[in-house]
Amino acid sequence: MEKRATFGHWWIGIAFAIPQIILIFTFFYWPAGQAVYWSMTLQQPWGGGNIWVGLDNFRQILTDPLYWNSVVRSFVFALFSTLLAMGIGLVLAVFVDRELAGSKVYRVVMIWPYGIAAPALALAFRFMLAPEAGLLAFVNRLWPGLWDPGLDGTDAMIAVIVAFSWKYVGYNFVFFLSALQGIPKSLTEAAALDGAGWIRRLRDIQLPMLTPTVFFLLVIDITESFQDSFGIVDIMTSGGPARATELMVYKIYFDGFRGLDYSGAAAQSIILMILIVALTVLQFRFIERRVHYK
Amino acid sequence: MIERTPILNAVTHTVLFLGFLVAVLPFVVVAVAASHDLFHVNLVPMPLLPGGHFWENMTEAWTRADLGHKLLNSLIFAGGVAAGKVFVSAITAYAIVFFRFPGRQAIFWAIFVTLMLPLEVRIVPTYAVAANVLGPYQTILDVTGLTDLIAWISGIRLDLQFGLLNSYTGLILPLVATATGTFLYRQFFLTIPDELVEAAKMDGAGPIRFFVDILWPLSRNNVAALATIMFLWAWNQYLWPLLVTTDPTHATAVTELKQLIPNVGGVPEWNIAMAGTLIVMLPTLLVVVVMQRWFVRGLISTEK
Amino acid sequence: MADISIRKVAKSYGKTSVVEALDLDIHSGEFIVVLGPSGCGKSTLLRMIAGLEEISAGDIAIDGTIVNRLEPRERGCAMVFQNYALYPHMSVADNMGYALKVAGVAKAERLARIGRVAETLGLTALLDRRPAQLSGGQRQRVAMGRAMIREPKVFLFDEPLSNLDAKLRVQMRIEIRKLHNRLSATSIFVTHDQVEAMTLADRIVVMNAGKVEQIGTPLEIWHRPASRFVAGFVGMPPMNLLEATVETDTRVRLADGTPIDTPPLALRPGTPVVIGIRAEDVRVGAAVNDPGLVLAVDFVEQLGAAALVHGRFGGHDFVVTAPAALAEGAPEGLALGIDPPALHLFDAATGRRLATVNDAAALARPAVLAPTA
Repeated sequence: MEKRATFGHWWIGIAFAIPQIILIFTFFYWPAGQAVYWSMTLQQPWGGGNIWVGLDNFRQILTDPLYWNSVVRSFVFALFSTLLAMGIGLVLAVFVDRELAGSKVYRVVMIWPYGIAAPALALAFRFMLAPEAGLLAFVNRLWPGLWDPGLDGTDAMIAVIVAFSWKYVGYNFVFFLSALQGIPKSLTEAAALDGAGWIRRLRDIQLPMLTPTVFFLLVIDITESFQDSFGIVDIMTSGGPARATELMVYKIYFDGFRGLDYSGAAAQSIILMILIVALTVLQFRFIERRVHYK
Repeated sequence: MIERTPILNAVTHTVLFLGFLVAVLPFVVVAVAASHDLFHVNLVPMPLLPGGHFWENMTEAWTRADLGHKLLNSLIFAGGVAAGKVFVSAITAYAIVFFRFPGRQAIFWAIFVTLMLPLEVRIVPTYAVAANVLGPYQTILDVTGLTDLIAWISGIRLDLQFGLLNSYTGLILPLVATATGTFLYRQFFLTIPDELVEAAKMDGAGPIRFFVDILWPLSRNNVAALATIMFLWAWNQYLWPLLVTTDPTHATAVTELKQLIPNVGGVPEWNIAMAGTLIVMLPTLLVVVVMQRWFVRGLISTEK
Repeated sequence: MADISIRKVAKSYGKTSVVEALDLDIHSGEFIVVLGPSGCGKSTLLRMIAGLEEISAGDIAIDGTIVNRLEPRERGCAMVFQNYALYPHMSVADNMGYALKVAGVAKAERLARIGRVAETLGLTALLDRRPAQLSGGQRQRVAMGRAMIREPKVFLFDEPLSNLDAKLRVQMRIEIRKLHNRLSATSIFVTHDQVEAMTLADRIVVMNAGKVEQIGTPLEIWHRPASRFVAGFVGMPPMNLLEATVETDTRVRLADGTPIDTPPLALRPGTPVVIGIRAEDVRVGAAVNDPGLVLAVDFVEQLGAAALVHGRFGGHDFVVTAPAALAEGAPEGLALGIDPPALHLFDAATGRRLATVNDAAALARPAVLAPTA
């Protein structure tokens, strides 16, 4: 889509674009390029020379079981938190879409968690899910030692997944609800006249029309699970116990800023970058498809 | 539509009420825990009715984590990022939509690609840039030989240094560029009728007047939506402020929460921790409640 | 007050030509209507005069100054847009006063001028409203006011009435003409509506496919259409156009062999021509068992005062205006009388008017004849 009416002063146009160009060059492209460069060199922290090592850093990372551990943990985290957030978000949206009494209240409240900072909600969940206080501690009174995210890796993973999903249920809910409300009323009414009950209509008409939203949210949720998880992990578990919740971004941060291994952190960044690019491309594939739906 | 579905209605109400409980439970727990003394907050099961130590705990958390100062930092940081994003993306979209110049498409795509470079994946080198924001330009001058040329002509050896660590600028500037915001504005600008531009031209308005008098006021809804989202986004940033503000004078409220985590084996002062959590989450919760409409609208329009 | 001279002006987008080498002289104070079907380039022409569109070739001069490279605001033109293009976030007063504000006119004077224009247009009570709170007709007035307030040398109207309902359109048409008479600024009005063109214009410019077909007063256009296109475009119902072949100096023969008498022709027998006659210029009477000219009636559109009778004649669709009473009862056939002076003749190949008709006679419109018994 192009405009017919434009201004002839093209230099003003460029001047308007320059701030953003400088910003993305300085803070996006240069660092990204730097990451590529560092990933192929052995970098001394804080300057002081570097040696070209080609793909050695990658080789080293990809043979490091600790790195693969973080990859597996990230995917487990992404899978379950996405399933939880999307599943619950969808169910709630479907029911709110029925617009019974009180649905306005739900519509308002469900989005609240999304406004909360990951570290703040992480601290809240750390308390609620603590083994010796909070809400879940009573299970340890009944079966001592059953629940302890501080010692048990699986418990810790469950805790961070629950905290992350709690935040993103509302986000998924908003998109599902907006998609559901976007389905023309005449469509469901026609189906009702055809004799389809609520569940049938849901299955045959509404859910199929939500497919594009599902794909969109799938990609967003997975990408966010790589990014927004940092604060939750840092506050709740610090990657522990025994690296059970050491997700990819957390490892990059830890290796880069605690271990001062810039080259290794850069190589990990590049791999994560490739992952995110692949996801984004995938997303645009589906968005292209959506256009054809119409 | 007339439909008699008593069972389905009962199920609907039950499920929605459960969802409601799950959504608000953490808020309630945080508030209740923040109102008890050390003994009661550590009871199992935790008391679900509020106690009488609320203000005491709030004051303690406030002073212990220096939250007054930190909240102000957060406000400056989030406000600065939101204002910067809203403004920069508006003028960029204006340039892309309302002007024709060579490289326009290239700029559009360059901004687009940044969607795939989230802060988390370029965190280490971005930190290096923040340490000396002129570093990239110095390197370019060095590599192209311009540094030598300038030294030869003027006798001055350029050494561009401008560190952004531990400054508001360093917190804000690297987060201001936004592809999402630029697309949002672009999308909106494309819906502005051509005739409006032409009418303004006939009225004698040039490009800057048109932007200030017509386009910006017309974008109010977009400004509100984008500003809300970006303010929340920035307020909730954790990794970047954690790195850039090693010095507590510039730390934000969100990064400061870490100070309140009870140490393992230490005194489990969850009441203070929860009071701090409450203080940190209240401003954003307030923004979401007040700006609900814009917030949801903004979220949904970023999809396109 | 300004005269406009357009010399060999052309506009093309890449290889697509929208306006071709167009010449037009507009006198100071004149009301010019540019009439043509959509896509004929009429709006482009207007926008080139306004300075909203660059010209690909030629010159446009306003008051003797070539304005090709001048920006819209430097040309002294004001424009009323088809969709009004009011600024949605500004009040009526601010909308009208915006041009003055941009020009740096002091607030007191601005308000005074807004007040004056608002009074002229009956907008005084609406000055604080937003465009969204106005009806279509009111918006139209605001758009007019916005143009008037600058006291421009030239008014440009881009189909300003087409978004109004039929009744308002007639009313606004009259008001626009009244305003013009009072302000007597040069006006250029673009439309596809022939009634607007006929009622408003001092002179009409008929355009088709990027070219000027004819420039003339409304009556010239009506009585002496310069081409087959103009003949078919101006007139409701459109003029009947029939293919024919020249037989003698005063007679042509239609495709089905029907002979038609014409004014003296200077064409070689056998030349293909197109003859035209307006529905209301045909004499009609009840059908008689006479081998004369007969319209085989298909259907009748009753208009009350008269009726449009559609049918077949000479191998073509044909329409005539008949007195309402005659058309009543759905007759199967009507007797037709075609007077040579009422005929228009066009070159079959070029579509241009053949100047063989006695044009003086054509200007004197034949009276509607009583139906023959």
